[in-house]
Amino acid sequence: MQPEQVDRLREAADAGVSFDGLDVERGDDGYRFAVPGDERTGLDADGFRAAAADAAGYVTNWCFWNETAPSYDARRSFLRWLESADERAVPDRYESLTDGVVRHWGELELTATLGDDGHRTYDLRHETDGGRPVADLDAFEDPLEARELVTYDEKGRYRPLKTAPTLRTGWVFPGLSARELTETVGHVYPATVENWHREREGDLDVSHWRETAERQTGIYDIVDELDREAVERIAATCCVDSQCLKRREWEYDEGTEVDVDGGDGEFPCREPCSLVVAAARKWTTLEREETHTYEFELTPSEKEQVEEIIDTVADGRTDDVREADVYEGANRYRARYLREKLFGDEGNLAGVPTED
Amino acid sequence: MQALVIVAHGSHLNPDSSTPTYRHADTVRETGAFDEVVTGFWKEEPHFREVLRTVESDEVYVVPLFISEGYFTEEVIPRELRVDDDVGLDDPDPGWEPRRGAPEDVDKSVHYCGPVGTHDAMSDVIVQRAESVTGDTDVGDGFGLTVVGHGTERNENSAKAIEYHADRIRERGRFDEVKALFMDEDPEVDDVTDFFESDDVVVVPLFIADGYHTQEDIPEDMGLTDDYRKGWETPGEVDGHHIWYSGAVGTEDLMADVVLERAAEAGADVGDAIETVRELTGGVRPPADD
Ligand code: SF4
Repeated sequence: MQPEQVDRLREAADAGVSFDGLDVERGDDGYRFAVPGDERTGLDADGFRAAAADAAGYVTNWCFWNETAPSYDARRSFLRWLESADERAVPDRYESLTDGVVRHWGELELTATLGDDGHRTYDLRHETDGGRPVADLDAFEDPLEARELVTYDEKGRYRPLKTAPTLRTGWVFPGLSARELTETVGHVYPATVENWHREREGDLDVSHWRETAERQTGIYDIVDELDREAVERIAATCCVDSQCLKRREWEYDEGTEVDVDGGDGEFPCREPCSLVVAAARKWTTLEREETHTYEFELTPSEKEQVEEIIDTVADGRTDDVREADVYEGANRYRARYLREKLFGDEGNLAGVPTED
Repeated sequence: MQALVIVAHGSHLNPDSSTPTYRHADTVRETGAFDEVVTGFWKEEPHFREVLRTVESDEVYVVPLFISEGYFTEEVIPRELRVDDDVGLDDPDPGWEPRRGAPEDVDKSVHYCGPVGTHDAMSDVIVQRAESVTGDTDVGDGFGLTVVGHGTERNENSAKAIEYHADRIRERGRFDEVKALFMDEDPEVDDVTDFFESDDVVVVPLFIADGYHTQEDIPEDMGLTDDYRKGWETPGEVDGHHIWYSGAVGTEDLMADVVLERAAEAGADVGDAIETVRELTGGVRPPADD
């Protein structure tokens, strides 16, 4: 603790300070300085300094939250959540913070560590890299660099949905300030902190499917044609935890829930995202088609193979099927053989033309 | 506190679509003119719907990184920002007045600025783009310049913006010839060499980001390459002309200047940031009589 920190607290006592268990004020008979279990009154400047010295953690904690931490309420409550500030008293919290307090946010692992004079530093990395020495990872300082890091997945493919569970590993922001931490989280998972905060305040402005669909114009104007069953399928397709780490809070409409599980994510999804709306447009046009009865001849294994191929693509496992693993239906050789056998010259399944 | 929010289209498919938006935001951020500088997108995140809540400032200047007034600037963006009753416009004729709105979901004052593409300073960016692609800060003499965009079929106002800037640049007399050309109507960019006598022609597409129009269609349509995947020379030979194809004008660093001009016009206090940005990005000053 620096002497100036105590001076600043003493100056603030004129207006009164009441923060995280620390109570300081100035009365006619001198200062009052109180922390849980230790209340001193009628203090002069020296007495105030002595009291502060015995409760240094409370003083530096006040300095950090009052002077260093961001003022924006969403970011503040996020940082306080990180160190369980509303649940744990300062001495207890400081003890854990000395070793580093770990929290998870989507795929991120965030560690808050106490430095000198109440300063906190933050480490942000992929949870898979938890516990790895910084020297083994690519280290970054500037929050803006996170934008590039989250643009591509491990295989170098573009990630159009920032909350898809496909963040690359192998990097770390080891020494962020409070401000930089919230900024970096904002680049990795935009607006999640703000919406999480609104939800905690009971103020999350959810826009359900129907409302969102009816708002659309232009080429997306048609998505409100989709019925409730189709919306169920969309939620099961796009919004489950294996595809998106937001917890879906939007329903079909105010009074009609979507039965599919919304997920366990820390942060909420308040309305169907642009990716879902764009995909819904395609599904709307597809759902306009009538069914036809086709007749195909398939062996039982061929039918199962078709099912396996669909499963493998839907679960994003095509790259996991080994080149020579011909026991897997979605193996490339197996699929090529099936195509040779079943497709006619026109590329039609079992030679049966597609009817319009 | 005042924030600058740059809103752009973005893409679910093309990772480069947002790159210029980020870069111009970074340039403005460096000037320190705003307490906060953030970006929001139609197809990326944060979405238009959620971008306002990511800033702390009460005064928010929203600059659309779009080429013209139209569907996005008049309908989509105001609606998604929840300020449509205040700033939406029925008659999207060029001639922009900044507007103010109070969004429904956050307690802030939104200053809705004009799109970058129709600001006068955009003409300078087009010229600077020509300098960049030729590597010649005096380019003009002996050169033709064409500004290229979609035709009216896609967006009537974008065609107007293209003609507007072509006219302005022509009036300055710096280039021997200046033409507006289009992708899907006459005069078509396919026949670019028919429209120029100059041996050297700079081709600047008035697009915000590089994507399949600027990196696939236009180079192939002009005959600069028969397959965009093989790339092309700069300059490339087409019918005896040297074609200097610049790619999207929106990737030019000086675009940050236009963003600032739009915000300043709506009342943002930008101090000397406009000059700083012009210095940072090597911006050209228009001639005194312009
Ligand atoms: S709608 Fe929400 S939960 Fe569903 S994919 Fe989009 S962001 Fe995720």
